[in-house]
Amino acid sequence: MTLFIEQCLNGLQFGLLLFLLAAGLTLVFGIMDLVNLAHGSFYMLGAYFAATFAAWTGSFVLGAVLALGATLFVGMAVEVIAMRRLYGRDHLDHVLGTFGLILFFDEAVRLIWGPGGLSLPLPAWLNASIEILPGIHYSAYRLALIVVTLAVAAFLYAMVMRTRIGMLIRAGASNREMVAALGINIKLLYTLVFGLGGALAGLAGLMQAPILTVQIGMGENILILAFVITVIGGIGSVRGSFVAALLVGFIDTLGRAFFPQVLREVLGASAASTAAPALSSMLIYIMMAVILVAKPQGLFPANTK
Amino acid sequence: MSGVFTPRNIVTVALLAGLTLLPLYVSLTDDRFLLTLFTRIVILAIAAVSLNLILGYGGMMSFGHAAYLGIGGYTVAILAFEGVQSGFVQWPAALAASAVFALVIGALSLRTRGVYFIMITLAFAQMAYYLASGMARYGSDDGLGLDNRSQFGGLIDLSNKTAFYYVCLFLLFGSIFLVWRLTISRFGMVLRGTRSNETRMLAIGFPVYRYKLAAFVIAGTLCGLSGALIANHTEFVSPAMMFWTRSGDLMVMVVLGGMGSLFGPLFGAVALLFLEQFLPAAIHAVVQPFNPAGAVKAGEYWQIVLGPLLLLVVLFARGGIDGLLRMLSSRERHG
Amino acid sequence: MADALLQIDSLSKRFGGILASDSIKLDVAPGELHAIIGPNGAGKTTLIAQLNGLLQPNSGKIIFGGQDITSLPAYQRSLLGLARSFQITSLFLDLTVFDNVLLAVQAHAGHSFRFWRNARREPELREPARKALERVGLLSRADRQASALSHGEHRLLELAMALAGNPRMLLLDEPMAGLGPEESARMVTMLRALKSELTILLVEHDMEAVFALADRITVLVYGRVIASGTPADIRANAQVREAYLGETEVAGAGHG
Repeated sequence: MTLFIEQCLNGLQFGLLLFLLAAGLTLVFGIMDLVNLAHGSFYMLGAYFAATFAAWTGSFVLGAVLALGATLFVGMAVEVIAMRRLYGRDHLDHVLGTFGLILFFDEAVRLIWGPGGLSLPLPAWLNASIEILPGIHYSAYRLALIVVTLAVAAFLYAMVMRTRIGMLIRAGASNREMVAALGINIKLLYTLVFGLGGALAGLAGLMQAPILTVQIGMGENILILAFVITVIGGIGSVRGSFVAALLVGFIDTLGRAFFPQVLREVLGASAASTAAPALSSMLIYIMMAVILVAKPQGLFPANTK
Repeated sequence: MSGVFTPRNIVTVALLAGLTLLPLYVSLTDDRFLLTLFTRIVILAIAAVSLNLILGYGGMMSFGHAAYLGIGGYTVAILAFEGVQSGFVQWPAALAASAVFALVIGALSLRTRGVYFIMITLAFAQMAYYLASGMARYGSDDGLGLDNRSQFGGLIDLSNKTAFYYVCLFLLFGSIFLVWRLTISRFGMVLRGTRSNETRMLAIGFPVYRYKLAAFVIAGTLCGLSGALIANHTEFVSPAMMFWTRSGDLMVMVVLGGMGSLFGPLFGAVALLFLEQFLPAAIHAVVQPFNPAGAVKAGEYWQIVLGPLLLLVVLFARGGIDGLLRMLSSRERHG
Repeated sequence: MADALLQIDSLSKRFGGILASDSIKLDVAPGELHAIIGPNGAGKTTLIAQLNGLLQPNSGKIIFGGQDITSLPAYQRSLLGLARSFQITSLFLDLTVFDNVLLAVQAHAGHSFRFWRNARREPELREPARKALERVGLLSRADRQASALSHGEHRLLELAMALAGNPRMLLLDEPMAGLGPEESARMVTMLRALKSELTILLVEHDMEAVFALADRITVLVYGRVIASGTPADIRANAQVREAYLGETEVAGAGHG
């Protein structure tokens, strides 16, 4: 039972992390109609920056904050230098252009930090266990992650739905010319939105760094999941990303933890041990396929383009 | 009239002739590396030709095409592992497996369009990747080696590198010819129309979905053939063959070479693999005068140049190499 | 009307809060040229889109040649003989003029799972395509890329493509859009020649053309039919003049 609760919490935490990543992707697509494959690169940069700054300053939190700033800056720089020219073009152009950026960033990171990965150790006060329920302990850091990501999600919701900036963002999505005609600097708006997307990815990257990894190519591995979430949730829908991210987080975590057991009951030990690893990894994709058969536009399709 | 001797035609013929005569050159200079390199180029060109059919002519941005390389390759490797050495069984099996996967993946993916389609095809390719990674019997992440290349009885010995090269080259020429016939046929017209304006195609009376699916299956099958050839060439298969970034490489080849053109994928395959080989040397040469010690190392980071180069091609030279050659050819005609 | 070729029965379409089509009732007799007029935003293009199947109505029925086609997908309606031209040019711009019309012919010439023969050389595709192009006077431009044509020629190509499938009825959505006086006159002559062979539903803004060609006219305002009848009826209808034609004399009224 303890294991189950722990895995549920892990699923929640993973799902929320994925949401951060997917939210940036879907925002950029929904507002600027831009497919950004290099989104995973910001995820990677967030982790690398955090590891470096934490080591320099000796403080985990300070390192994280600086890393966020750095990633935001890089995101905005990329928008100004490269992304601008891609707006309005065929999605294929976006895919290929940003694919080129992935190559660039992977090599640049390798050049600057070397091919081996980095590590981001947790400070003592986070590296503890908290008793959340009688007899059940859970990692303080993971709890912190859950809290932080929920806070960010709430902030995003509030910003997009309630503030004037959010209104501009939503308006920009539906009518670019109108917003520009109102005197709003749409170029700046796009730069900020893109930067925000990158920062969200970077935040996700730096937060998972102590638990999982800081290495080249980590972006490519997780980008797929972000895509699956965006597709399931409906491109352009932040709400859809939230639901889909939690769904994916739970199914992936619980699936890996408990599916092999289920298989063993059903298929018998030897068959299960061959099939289990593959099937557990594939669960999410199977789920995606099932959802798409029923709803080809995702669960919450935003207004069509 | 310079109608026939355009730069485009000359380059094409020269390339085809060069590829045909390559083994002769290799036997004279004993540059075995060149033979290996070009065998790989030819095999990947077949994969690029297959992707060009659905991407260049049909407008379907499939980002999961590398999956079929893996499916074809693994079919051959698995059969070999289980004792079936005959190419007469392995290769048709590889084609059949690829066709079935393409049918299933296509049937599901083609219900979507645009970005959704890109992302779904990408995700399905990853599914294939995880499937392969999970097969402990067949090496999981470490991959699976082949003891022997596909056996064809007395017909041909694929372990003879020159013979193998010519088999691949023959299959490449065959693929290009087949694609050519396809694209000028009624079926090809439907594909072109769909790429150009799918809504209009529906309005004038074409049930577009079934034609897209057929094209998808044909392309997947042809790519599966390429996979079977790779398995023979490297005598090794691994899940990494199917990682989604490999699909990206294939797309790069198609776009670099010139989408929707007959020889574009071949130009692209040659160009990309050439860059892979010679960009390091080029960087080395550039850095050498400034930093002799670091020059070699600098060359290792050639992708840092390739990345932005790709972006520049997308922004300014979207017709790819074929497009450039066309421009040169038409300018010449107008004197 | 009992033997109408096209019957539109209480067709309604809603977009969120907007009722684009409000219970539209309309009949088109075989051989008739029926025009639909109305101010901008009246829902004319929405109506055409529902007729040819690219948009699904919320309620109501569409009956073509006695068959209920309301839920039939677009491509099947075309095969039944209901062809459409588009208001905003929707051609295959990167293909040649000839290829554009060839595709329109091909759609009605059996299935396209033919993988070997050169389609452009097939006589059963070539001949109808050439004929359609000749009809609209574009044969000389057959080998140009469609994007290279002038706007007026695009409208003619649209017409050629609609004709290529030997339709029973044409849905023409503002074929004169953006044409100059000379080109408009050409188009009117062409449409008049077509009248004798086909049934036509014509959406247009050009009043001269409408009153010169139409057998009957229906007026649409805010998605509702406010009047339907012969050109004389419509000219005389006070409600129509007020809502749409304005206080000034209607073009053609002087020709009585």
